[in-house]
Amino acid sequence: MLIKRQSEVPSSEITSKDLYLNRRKFLAGAALAGAAVATGVAFNKIAAPSLVATANAKIDGIQKSSFSATEKETPYKDVTNYNNFYEFSTDKYEPAGLAKDFKTRPWTVTIDGDVKKKQVLDVDAIMKMAAPEERIYRHRCVEGWSIVVPWVGFSLSELIKRAEPLGKAKYVEFTTLYDLKQFPGQRVPVLRWPYVEGLRLDEAMHPLALLCFGLYGEVLPNQNGAPLRIVIPWKYGFKSAKSIVRIRFTGSEPLNSWQENSPREYGFYSNVNPNVDHPRWSQAKERRLGEFLKRPTLMFNGYDQVASLYSGMDLKKNF
Amino acid sequence: MKLRFTKIAIFLAALVPLGRLGWKALHDGLGANPIEVITHSTGDWTLILILTTLTITPLRRITRQYWLIGVRRMIGLFAFFYGSLHFTTYIWLDKFFDLHEMFKDIAKRPFITVGFTAFVLLIPLALTSTAGWIRRLGGKNWQRLHRLIYLTGILGVIHYIWLVKADLRKPLEYALALSILLLYRIVMWVAELRKNAAVPARPRTSAEPTEA
Repeated sequence: MLIKRQSEVPSSEITSKDLYLNRRKFLAGAALAGAAVATGVAFNKIAAPSLVATANAKIDGIQKSSFSATEKETPYKDVTNYNNFYEFSTDKYEPAGLAKDFKTRPWTVTIDGDVKKKQVLDVDAIMKMAAPEERIYRHRCVEGWSIVVPWVGFSLSELIKRAEPLGKAKYVEFTTLYDLKQFPGQRVPVLRWPYVEGLRLDEAMHPLALLCFGLYGEVLPNQNGAPLRIVIPWKYGFKSAKSIVRIRFTGSEPLNSWQENSPREYGFYSNVNPNVDHPRWSQAKERRLGEFLKRPTLMFNGYDQVASLYSGMDLKKNF
Repeated sequence: MKLRFTKIAIFLAALVPLGRLGWKALHDGLGANPIEVITHSTGDWTLILILTTLTITPLRRITRQYWLIGVRRMIGLFAFFYGSLHFTTYIWLDKFFDLHEMFKDIAKRPFITVGFTAFVLLIPLALTSTAGWIRRLGGKNWQRLHRLIYLTGILGVIHYIWLVKADLRKPLEYALALSILLLYRIVMWVAELRKNAAVPARPRTSAEPTEA
C-alpha cells in the first residue's frame, strides 16, 4: 500500500520540519540496527519519505465493503474533534489538540500469549497484510451518543490468522500504549493504565471486527487512536481499543479497564443493547451527532449478523 | 447608589454564560454535541451560582461588607434561572416533553432523582424571594424555608458526582467548596449555641435581620 502526502493539506496540519527530520534520523538509525530487516520491510522503502505516515496522508487503493452502512456519515470535523480518549483527557474536546505531536512512528505491536507465531510486528508491516477497505460503521458510545464513521482497515481476522492462535487461546487482549510523556491523561489515575480491552476469540474473528488505521480515506488521526486500533461496531465504543501496542492471546477472560473500574456498570461483553440499561442511565435511545432528537438504539447496534455469537447466552447477565 | 451599580453589574455578569452559549450556537461554536454542551454549561452555572449565594453570608461577615446581602437574592434567582434552563434542556432536548418518560427517569435514575429534587426545592425559594413574601411569612419562617438551599446545594453536587463516568475531579471541586461553606455554618451555629449557653437566652423577635 502506498501512502503519499496529500497536496491540499493545510500548513497547520503538516508535521513540523524538526519532528519530521528527527523521524528521518531515527528511521535511518533503526535501519542500521537491522530493525527494518527484522520486520521484513526493505531498507529503501522505510527510508523513503513516502512511507512516513503523517496525519492526513491519503491511503491508496481503498476498496469498498459490503459491510458498510448507507447512513449519512458524521462530518470529519466532528469525528476528529469529539473523542473519548482518556489517555489524552477526559474532556472529549481536548484530545484533538493534545494529540497533535503524538508520535505514531516507529511503532511496533507485540503479538504474544497462546500463539504459534509470537512476534513483534512493525505497524507498517501490519497495514500491508491485506488490502485496505472502507467500512462505514455506526459507532455507539456507552454515554448515549453515536456517529457514523468511514473507517479504513481490514478484518482483524487477517492478523489473527497469521499469528496462528493455539487451541487453548479463547480470548484476545489488546493493550494501549503506556507513555506518560505522550499521554498526559495517564498521569491521572482515572482508570488503571495502560488501557486493556478484550474480546472472545470468535468475536475477534468475526469479519465485522475491524483492524483500523484510517478514516475518511486518510491515515487515522492521532486523536482517533493512531496508528492502529480496533473497531467493534456492535459493541460500545470503549471496547474498540486505540493505539494498540500489544495483542495477547489467552485462555482466560481478560479484565477490561472499564470493567475493573466499575464491574457493576461495564461488563466483559458490552454489546450495544437497548434492553440492558447502564445502571445509571438508559441505553434505549441515542443522540446521533448532528440530529436534534434522540433515535432508538438498535440491538447489537443494528449488526444482527453477530447474534449467533451469543446464542443461548443471557445477555442481561452477560452484559 | 453603590449597591444599585453593583446590582446592575452582577445582573449583566450573570447573563454572560447564557450570552456565550447563544453566541457560540449562532457561530457553530458548540462543537460536535451542542446539546451536551448546553446541558453541562447550564448545570455548571446553576451550581456555581448556588455556591455563590452560599458565599455571601460568610463573605459579608468576614469582610464586614454588610451591603453584600443586597445582591444575594438576585444571585439566587439567577441560580434558579440557570437551573430552569438546565431542566428545560433535559425535558425538551432529552425527553422531548414526554412526561411519562421523565417520571420513569426520575424514579429509576438516582442522579436524575436528586437533580430533579434539587431543582424542585429551588421553586419555593424563587417564589418567596420577594419582600412581600418575607413579610407574609415572617422573617423567622422565611429564614427556615430558605435553609432549603443547603439541601439543594448538597443534592446538586451529588447529582453531578453520580453522573460522571470515572473522572470525579470536577464534581469533587464543587463538593469541596460546598463542604467549606456548610462547615462555616456549622462552626457558627456551634459558637452561637455556646454563647447562648453562657449567657441567659434572650428572646428573639421576628423583626431581626434574617440570614440563611
